[in-house]
Amino acid sequence: MTIRIGSGSGWWGDRVTPAELSAREGALDFLCFETMAEATVSTAQVRSRQDDTFHGYDTYLEDRMAAVLPHCIRQGTKIISNQGWINPEGAARKVRNMLDALGAHDWKVAAVTGSVITPDIQRLGTTILETGQPLSSLDQSIISAEAYLGIGAIVEALRNGADIVITGRVADPSLFLSAMVYAFDWPLEDYTRLARGSAIGHLLECGAQLTGGYFVDPGFKDVPEPWNLGFPIAEVDADGNATYTKVDGTGGLLNRETVLEQMFYEIHDPANYITPDVVVDFTTAIIEEVGRDTVRVSNISGKPPTASYKVSIGVHDGFIGEDMFFYAGPGARQKANLAKKIIEERFKVVDLKAEEVRMDVLGVDAIHGVATPEPQCEPYEVGVRIAARCLSKSEALKVGREVDGMAVSGIASTGKRVPFQERVREVIGIWSTLVPKEAVVGQVIYF
Amino acid sequence: MNVLLRRLAHSRSGDKGNTSNITVIAYDSDFYPYIRDQLTPERVKTHYNGLIKGDVHRYLVDHLGVLNFVCEGALGGGVSRNLCLDNYGKTMASAILNIELDIPDDLLVRMRGGPPG
Repeated sequence: MTIRIGSGSGWWGDRVTPAELSAREGALDFLCFETMAEATVSTAQVRSRQDDTFHGYDTYLEDRMAAVLPHCIRQGTKIISNQGWINPEGAARKVRNMLDALGAHDWKVAAVTGSVITPDIQRLGTTILETGQPLSSLDQSIISAEAYLGIGAIVEALRNGADIVITGRVADPSLFLSAMVYAFDWPLEDYTRLARGSAIGHLLECGAQLTGGYFVDPGFKDVPEPWNLGFPIAEVDADGNATYTKVDGTGGLLNRETVLEQMFYEIHDPANYITPDVVVDFTTAIIEEVGRDTVRVSNISGKPPTASYKVSIGVHDGFIGEDMFFYAGPGARQKANLAKKIIEERFKVVDLKAEEVRMDVLGVDAIHGVATPEPQCEPYEVGVRIAARCLSKSEALKVGREVDGMAVSGIASTGKRVPFQERVREVIGIWSTLVPKEAVVGQVIYF
Repeated sequence: MNVLLRRLAHSRSGDKGNTSNITVIAYDSDFYPYIRDQLTPERVKTHYNGLIKGDVHRYLVDHLGVLNFVCEGALGGGVSRNLCLDNYGKTMASAILNIELDIPDDLLVRMRGGPPG
């Protein structure tokens, strides 16, 4: 027996049509959506206080579900998704209504809650992993603390008959592993199989990053039809070895190289990749190209899980003000350098209080900064980008106001747009800590 | 002969907090020993010329031809605080391909990106 698991999204902003295609033509048993980044929960908390129209779950929930539900209902494909963000129950209720409208009254939806532990974090956590400082130093500024839960509550929901499970914060690979533990009834002490299942989740969780996305390098790594990438599908056997494919007729590429790039993506020690469910050892992996756009990955190893959940803590961390302007034609770079000097002097005049200021010349060294090689020739056009991180919004607003001054008080031929978007954004800093697993329990609510 | 790493290996970078991991994968298993011997953590840290503020740790997976460089303090204080336009460090992986390595002439024909020279 094998099961087929598809990736429906690799992040919140991901394309919807490849998910629809996999749902329609991928013969899927499970379809999993990953839509959360490190700051998603805290950003959603801040937004929900300011925006009454925000529901607290994936803003594309309706788009994604409308695209895949008819196919999933027809084929009996179960959906596991972390689109619940800070309101998994609201998201589940929304999906319940969509199912009813499609006549799928017998489909069962489950919401997994319990990952948010903001009120308890000072009692449960001790130190900030990144700095070693005590957690109490963050007390006033904490927006949200949420644990990366494992498979427990999702598997419970599936065993109780849920067809669609919508979670808040869960470790990304656990969304996928829960499908395998449910389908194959793997014991939680079978670390080899759990590790293989987690590795499958890791390879699928970023969507097209396994199938030619984030990969093309013209002339070095070419990819067919990179405008038409298919999302990956894993066909998993009962031992947790998997063959990766995508829907026929899609663009993209799935080979040893795309698999290797994604296997080590956001991994530190490849022999000890820690998830809530198991510790994965990728170093024993065997990767074989077994057909066109078809790769088999086997022999991944596992070790027992740790006693802790990782907790992500979002804190208020000031504001970033940012704006830019442009030069083109002869002398563009010299003008940009003088513009930086003008802005630097203006920031003194208006007494900008900033934690950090950055002035980039786009087209020269804006991205790699000090690691940029000496330019081979003068750029014909450049952008000048000014950014400052400040403790208060009023200070951060000064950045845009001083860039405004460059329009008529600046240098010859300054290209400067009238601002069309907010030029200040709130910074939500992210710290991590560990809490004992027994202190956090996921709950399941059915709709 | 000295050639750009870009012709010998491909790379991908990812973020965790203020740490960027840059994976370097040999196109050919015969390239790997030369990459491993020359692309030391010190060489990588020097190449980034101060962009990586903390330590660089290197993990090797010999049988897959993989070197994983874990670069601490590389993302301007963390993705959300980072004032760099590339706040996730997605482009970190391309800079490493600009490093030159010495490989035996008989391997040149297997390089990516067109004929040698």
